[in-house]
Amino acid sequence: MAVLARIKLTPDEKTRLSGQMGTILEYIEKLEEVNTDDVEPTAHVLGINNVFRDDEPAEKPFADHNPISDSPAHDKGHYEVPQIL
Amino acid sequence: MHRSTITQARELLRQKKLSSVQLTEAVFARIDQVEDKVQAFVHLTREKALEQAQNADARIAAGEDAPLLGIPIAVKDLICTEGHRTTCSSKILDQFVPPYNATVVEKLHQAGAVIVGKTNMDEFAMGSSNENSFHHPTMNPWDLDRVPGGSSGGSSVAVSAHECVAALGSDTGGSIRQPASFCGVTGLKPTYGRVSRFGLVAFASSLDQIGPLTKTVADAATLMNVIGGKDPRDSTSADVLLPDFTQALQKNVKGMKVGIPKEYFSTGGINPDVEKAVQEGIRTLESLGMQTVEVSLPHLDYAVATYYIIACAEASTNLSRYDGVKYGYRADKSDTLVHMYENTREEGFGEEVKRRIILGTFVLSSGYYDAYYLKGQKVRTLIKQDFENALEQCDVIAAPVTPYPAFKLGEKLDDPLQMYLADIFTISANLAGIPAMSIPCGFANNLPVGLQLMGRHFDEAGLITVGHKFQQATDFHTKETPL
Repeated sequence: MAVLARIKLTPDEKTRLSGQMGTILEYIEKLEEVNTDDVEPTAHVLGINNVFRDDEPAEKPFADHNPISDSPAHDKGHYEVPQIL
Repeated sequence: MHRSTITQARELLRQKKLSSVQLTEAVFARIDQVEDKVQAFVHLTREKALEQAQNADARIAAGEDAPLLGIPIAVKDLICTEGHRTTCSSKILDQFVPPYNATVVEKLHQAGAVIVGKTNMDEFAMGSSNENSFHHPTMNPWDLDRVPGGSSGGSSVAVSAHECVAALGSDTGGSIRQPASFCGVTGLKPTYGRVSRFGLVAFASSLDQIGPLTKTVADAATLMNVIGGKDPRDSTSADVLLPDFTQALQKNVKGMKVGIPKEYFSTGGINPDVEKAVQEGIRTLESLGMQTVEVSLPHLDYAVATYYIIACAEASTNLSRYDGVKYGYRADKSDTLVHMYENTREEGFGEEVKRRIILGTFVLSSGYYDAYYLKGQKVRTLIKQDFENALEQCDVIAAPVTPYPAFKLGEKLDDPLQMYLADIFTISANLAGIPAMSIPCGFANNLPVGLQLMGRHFDEAGLITVGHKFQQATDFHTKETPL
């Protein structure tokens, strides 16, 4: 799971977290007691869906701010990352 | 002067018996006096605040009136403030300076507020004690060896220790109400969709709401008038009428029905002194002319499990954006892109955040999705229906906020499940999306105890009416910390 979540854990963390995770999952399994055969799932309490707006640009988004400058590593207006391939 | 409420301070400012600069300086003098002991703030915006106070004084001199004109307010550090660091109390956002303001911050500015600083919290709002902050813990002003609650612990402490006049927090599973209860202040979680989440760093998007932490219910009404309303930049904000919440302060409670959920009192582990204070609070409501009726919320026992499935699932998705590329922290020296992601997230997140991301990844993973996530969403429907049924028989529900008062620092850190179970009475309101409030109703061993009021969707006004009448009849909310 840590690999899927893209988190590198230390061996110590692995031991501690897997123990705690076991306890938490065991607790969560109590939901099996509840009969949900004819129950619809709730993803959103207000039942809002498909909220549309006109496709018009906002007024000066971020003013004069260049979002790339927020990156911890950038050069000439591009993000810098380690080797991909 | 720093002890005043919004209502009191606005009156003095209007009458020109006090200037906003004087009030702001008094608040900072108080911060200088107590902040070392409680550590409520992550950073202060002293110079900017004094500038805003001078502006407010000029607006007052020009005859202007606005609900928060000249009032010093603290803001939880997961609400974006343009040009000021917004860290979420996480290493991964430690140097992040947002290029824009959250909608609620824009609204605070329009209403004339003076922002004194950003308050400490559990990292990414994950926690019930403020001990999960990357920066430092926050101490409870009622007893410095105890936690203030969380995750809006810094905002609650700043209000109860008078380091601000009022504050904003956020509540995903009790993060406004539980620290309000532990610190003896008023905390309101609005209906899901009542307040825009634009500029609120996301934890669990279907549960998060911004709300006020104040010294009185009347002040909460004032802040709700300012921060509420539909926002085109948050498609989940609701297009419903925003009433004038201060009108609700004038209403009477005679004949209103208060539901007492029997499951909240039969759950094992509720501290007897907490139960006594809550029961006495309910008797006060009866003495004000309210009629009590017993109601049932039969799925209470499944709320914690449901909540941790849904909240962790949403968190694992929301926090996938912290990859060390676009903003925030990046780990040094990684040979490949994937290792850079893994090292950045290992070093940038604290243990509780990692635990929840991994749990969320698990419940959403192929083969487990139906058994955990879908099951959780179905039980969520049942919990929501419980509240809808109960609130057909009564106008508000009264219950405890937490099973016990503030616990000692370090007491629950090694046992995450015990920490999660502390939220048993608060998380259902988030799952159901209903508004809920904590108001001081007594003490257990000299520590404040909160009474929780929960209402129908978009009926914050009902909670405000009942809470205000309660505060007119009691003086728990005026008790001072030993600081």
